[in-house]
Amino acid sequence: MNDEVNIKDMPIDELLELMQDDLYDGYADEVVAEVNEALSRGMTPYEVLTQGLVAGMDIVGVDFRDGVLFVPEVLMAAKAMKAGMIILRPLLAETGAPKVGTLVIGTVKGDIHDIGKNLVAMMMEGAGFEVINLGINNDVDSFMGAIDAHNPDIIGMSALLTTTMPYMRTVVNTLKEKGIRRDLIVLVGGAPVNDAFAEDIGADACCRDAAVAVETAEKLMAIKREKG
Amino acid sequence: METIISSKTQTVIMGPNQPFTIIGERINPTGRKLLAAEMAAGDFSRVERDAIAQVQAGARILDVNAGIPLADEPAIMAQAVKTVMAVTDVPLSIDSSVIAALESGLQAYEGKALVNSVTGEDERLAAVLPLIKKYGAAVVAISNDETGISEDPDVRFAVAKKIVERAMDYGIPKEDVIIDPLVMPIGAVRYGGRQVFSILRRVQEELQVNTVCGASNISFGLPNRPVLNAAFLTMAIVSGLTSAITNPTAPELRQAMLAADVMMGNDENCLAWIDYDRRRKAAAQGDTAPTDRESRRRRRRERAR
Repeated sequence: MNDEVNIKDMPIDELLELMQDDLYDGYADEVVAEVNEALSRGMTPYEVLTQGLVAGMDIVGVDFRDGVLFVPEVLMAAKAMKAGMIILRPLLAETGAPKVGTLVIGTVKGDIHDIGKNLVAMMMEGAGFEVINLGINNDVDSFMGAIDAHNPDIIGMSALLTTTMPYMRTVVNTLKEKGIRRDLIVLVGGAPVNDAFAEDIGADACCRDAAVAVETAEKLMAIKREKG
Repeated sequence: METIISSKTQTVIMGPNQPFTIIGERINPTGRKLLAAEMAAGDFSRVERDAIAQVQAGARILDVNAGIPLADEPAIMAQAVKTVMAVTDVPLSIDSSVIAALESGLQAYEGKALVNSVTGEDERLAAVLPLIKKYGAAVVAISNDETGISEDPDVRFAVAKKIVERAMDYGIPKEDVIIDPLVMPIGAVRYGGRQVFSILRRVQEELQVNTVCGASNISFGLPNRPVLNAAFLTMAIVSGLTSAITNPTAPELRQAMLAADVMMGNDENCLAWIDYDRRRKAAAQGDTAPTDRESRRRRRRERAR
């Protein structure tokens, strides 16, 4: 949609602002072109990620939380984000850029609801996290297997049913038994889940939507890093 | 089965996988005394206003009718067509039962017009179809014939089929025939709804052409008409209806059509639905153009600070 815009002649701050605008509007092709242009100007992959894509997705998250944007628009923005990340991810690994964090997320055993959980996954990717999305109906073994394989910073669990949410406690108890609970941030969410339940089962926080999940994850990651 | 109607600058594609097409019905002096008097006296200012308002409300095609008793209908039709072309870019539907007025409208029009309409009567077919062929237009085909309007959907389907076949005999591609199944007032005809839904399904499956109907005939003589019209339209769209001649400025109908597009998967990413809602909320707050890209960006940047 940038027919009249020549990104080659654009000052770098305008280019980044345009990248954020196009991300917000879900224009994947434009975002890809702008990411490539920013890299060709000598920006590091990490700078493009944080000052372009993540900065853009932040506003998407906030506007979704505030009812300004709706689910299809968030999905379009997430797709544009993903298109940009396909270029950046290998470069980030090569350049040894600091990692924002790794999240293993899944809907718990007996529950097949995943729309909200997938939104969380996408918004977390948008915020620069590496996300391992386990899908639906995950038992303890599935979560433990993913923890062994990916060494995540955060475990995210989702349930939409009052009958399935108690399974989150089973997972947390297993983490405790294995002695790894304190190495991990445990976030829970889903329609019936609330703060009291999260506290009761020993999770770190309940996140009511995708935007809150990102905010909470970033806050707890900062604390985790300080503790070293 | 896509029908293309065009103006000099805009193309409307009708079809089952396209957003529903609203044909704005307001430019019609029938039953509008003031408009009739003005048009007969050469005053087309109300025509201009009606054209603009309907396009803003979501009409993709505008119907133009100049049927004023004892007036020079061909001349008024030509003037009305030119007037509407001057103030909007949307394609037009030339609407008359007078052959000379249809031809006059087609002559004045630039683009591929829709002609409203022909029936299954042999005499009408012989008069209208050569015009359609000559001007490369599309035509609304009403499913009645010399025997009147049958309450038997099979008979009305047979008439529709006959018109499509006759058009093809004249070298008119069948996708340029749009079937009007004829909607009866359900307050008087108990199964008027089912009849229409049945014809719509058969036209889509067997004839594979597009369809059109009036969206408010169904509720004639009943209270709370907008709700009935909206329910009818939604059910008709599921049955295969691809366009309607109606007043798009009625919000219930507009919303029913947008909702139907969402349900049928013809509004990708629900963007038209979301856009309509944004405009509605902004209009309530007195903001006029809230959804263009520039104002969205300004607002986004303010939030980012």
